[in-house]
Amino acid sequence: MAEGEEIFDEMHGFGEGVRAPYASYGCWFDKTTPSALLKKSRDAQTFFRRTGITFNVYGDAEADERLIPFDLVPRIIGASEWALLVRGIEQRVKAINAFLYDIYHRQEIVRAGRLPERLIRENDAFLPKMIGFDPPGGIYTHIVGIDLVRTGPNEFFVLEDNARTPSGVSYMLENRETMLKMFPELFAQMSVQRVSGYPMALRRSLERSAPHQASGRPTVAILTPGIHNSAYFEHAFLADQMGVELVEGHDLRVVGGRVAMRTTQGYEPIDVLYRRVDDDFLDPLNFRSESMLGVAGIFDVYRAGGITIANAPGTGIADDKAIYSYMPDIVEFYTGQAPLLKNVPTWRCAEADSLSYVLEHLDELVVKEVHGSGGYGMLVGPAASKKEIAAFRKKLEARPSNYIAQPTLALSTVPVLTKAGLSPRHVDLRPFVLVSSDGVEVTPGGLTRVAMKKGSLVVNSSQGGGTKDTWVLKEG
Amino acid sequence: MRLTVDHTSTYSYETGVSYALQQVRKRPVSLPSQSILSWDLSIDGAHWETSYTDHHGNLVDLIQLESGVTSVSVSVKGEVETHDTSGVMGGHSQLVPLWLYQRYTELTSPAKGLRALAGKFSRYPAQDIGVLHELMAEIAGVVAYQTNETDSHTTAEDALQQGQGVCQDHAHIFIAVARLLGYPARYVSGYLMMTDRVDQDAGHAWAEAWVDGLGWTGFDVSNGISPDARYIQVATGLDYSDAAPIRGLVYGAGRENLVVSIQVQQ
Repeated sequence: MAEGEEIFDEMHGFGEGVRAPYASYGCWFDKTTPSALLKKSRDAQTFFRRTGITFNVYGDAEADERLIPFDLVPRIIGASEWALLVRGIEQRVKAINAFLYDIYHRQEIVRAGRLPERLIRENDAFLPKMIGFDPPGGIYTHIVGIDLVRTGPNEFFVLEDNARTPSGVSYMLENRETMLKMFPELFAQMSVQRVSGYPMALRRSLERSAPHQASGRPTVAILTPGIHNSAYFEHAFLADQMGVELVEGHDLRVVGGRVAMRTTQGYEPIDVLYRRVDDDFLDPLNFRSESMLGVAGIFDVYRAGGITIANAPGTGIADDKAIYSYMPDIVEFYTGQAPLLKNVPTWRCAEADSLSYVLEHLDELVVKEVHGSGGYGMLVGPAASKKEIAAFRKKLEARPSNYIAQPTLALSTVPVLTKAGLSPRHVDLRPFVLVSSDGVEVTPGGLTRVAMKKGSLVVNSSQGGGTKDTWVLKEG
Repeated sequence: MRLTVDHTSTYSYETGVSYALQQVRKRPVSLPSQSILSWDLSIDGAHWETSYTDHHGNLVDLIQLESGVTSVSVSVKGEVETHDTSGVMGGHSQLVPLWLYQRYTELTSPAKGLRALAGKFSRYPAQDIGVLHELMAEIAGVVAYQTNETDSHTTAEDALQQGQGVCQDHAHIFIAVARLLGYPARYVSGYLMMTDRVDQDAGHAWAEAWVDGLGWTGFDVSNGISPDARYIQVATGLDYSDAAPIRGLVYGAGRENLVVSIQVQQ
């Protein structure tokens, strides 16, 4: 972002006073003493420690599990703002599913010249074994987490489409539960939409995607890589909340042409498996043979119509950062409409002109690895030292096609509580989206990630970011 | 030509199998070059789990070995009416994009030897079927047909360096070089009726390359010809591992021994 550019604060706008969605909260806040709030904040941390929400941080040998900072000033979104977002998200998610179907069938978008063939051809996330297969209900991405940022009252941008295995929904649920405990009076005053229906909505949505071979009420299970996975807590939490089994690869095997789990009454077939294991590790018979996390033969059973895997294998092609830059074309191609949600302008370093621009403006841009995630391996130009920029330049020049670059947007802020009172911090938003043959369902809320360091734009929890509860107000 | 096939593969294991799943690609489909009149698959020592069509259009049967068995056999019996198409199989009917057949796989990834071999043909015009026939003859000249010198894990590069191999190695070398020369190429497993005998030594394998204007065209390096009416195509893929008659995972069975009996006759 340019020096001195004005930042939109979601509570105070561009300095014109408290914005409408925050009006009731603002009154309440003014009447509450700072010391009482700081005490609540400590209570909240204790609560989290007790419930055990922790996050394993890669590359941090000292603390295997660490508490993600939680800030108790909510991020509040008005009903009309939310309605705008929901329409945009629905459109985008429908386009993503249509894109995945097309890419694994006739690739019309490539034939039409709207997407370069090399983006599929040279993409590790493209899974040839999915070609020609119709997943149950035609759904590839049952669960999506679209990362959004905001720069003004009606200016939203999509930062990333997480179409593989978006995590973080447990934070949305636990943050709300904590806030309800801390501030029951606020929820009594304000009409905040509930998020607690998510686990059952997820279960219903998965059940609707059961394969034809299922009989009776479909059996759903969650497949986790195990306790050492950074999101294990979430897997266990969701299984518990949904009332379904949490399983590991060694609990499952092929029985009678189905994938079945071991129970005290013998093997029970699973109809829908919400897997939190990556494609490569899903099936040692069909993918990486050394994998101990998956189930041998599950992909054969899948292609034979004996199980639904959510999300479908091969969906990673849709949230690849190189594909991302084509999302506006993708949305238009499959929906016939202009995209409602904007993309962040993106330079593809694979293209010579873009690369030379990016190399000249490294100090202004955010440069990301095409296949990276979690804020690893990226350069935030304005925050980087000369030495860091020089080192990154070498990496970029060595493998330009591995990178994309984006301007550093003037991300909106939401106040956090500090010892000195409220202070603005940059945020993003991950709403959680469920897709079934019945349609697209967006939970009114989401995960707001906040950069706890003043001025910082990196909100990833692996990089010291925190979270906030996200309130979507009811109409009227 | 009406061919009958009677093929049994018997695997025996040193100790009882604790858990094993196998993908079986032994069911041919009707093509311009062949009509399947009858075809039966039977298994002993294992049970059928499910079947499906894979991305290459192959029919796949997933079977599970009975726990504790020391011997498993998979048999096919069938009758096929074949037509001589001079190796030209025609258009591409699958959804798999042709560029996928230019991808190098573990078994066909080129190193020095394969690149040098391709270099000999690089000055020929593109999409010239004559080049592919010369390539077929060249490979047969430098890699002698010799059993027991290579196995199913031998790469094209290794077989070329060794100068010896079987039909699988010949096909892999052909595929790798054809891809280096810009042709989409694929591996075919199937049967060949050797006219001088009823009992065939092994299942057969050859290669197909995509030639503009002709489509998929077969090249059998080991026999120096393009497939004719004596050939039955069973499965195709990027290499052996995609099209193998049987592949899978076997846990806790010790050493494996395979005995094959194949009869192909008119």
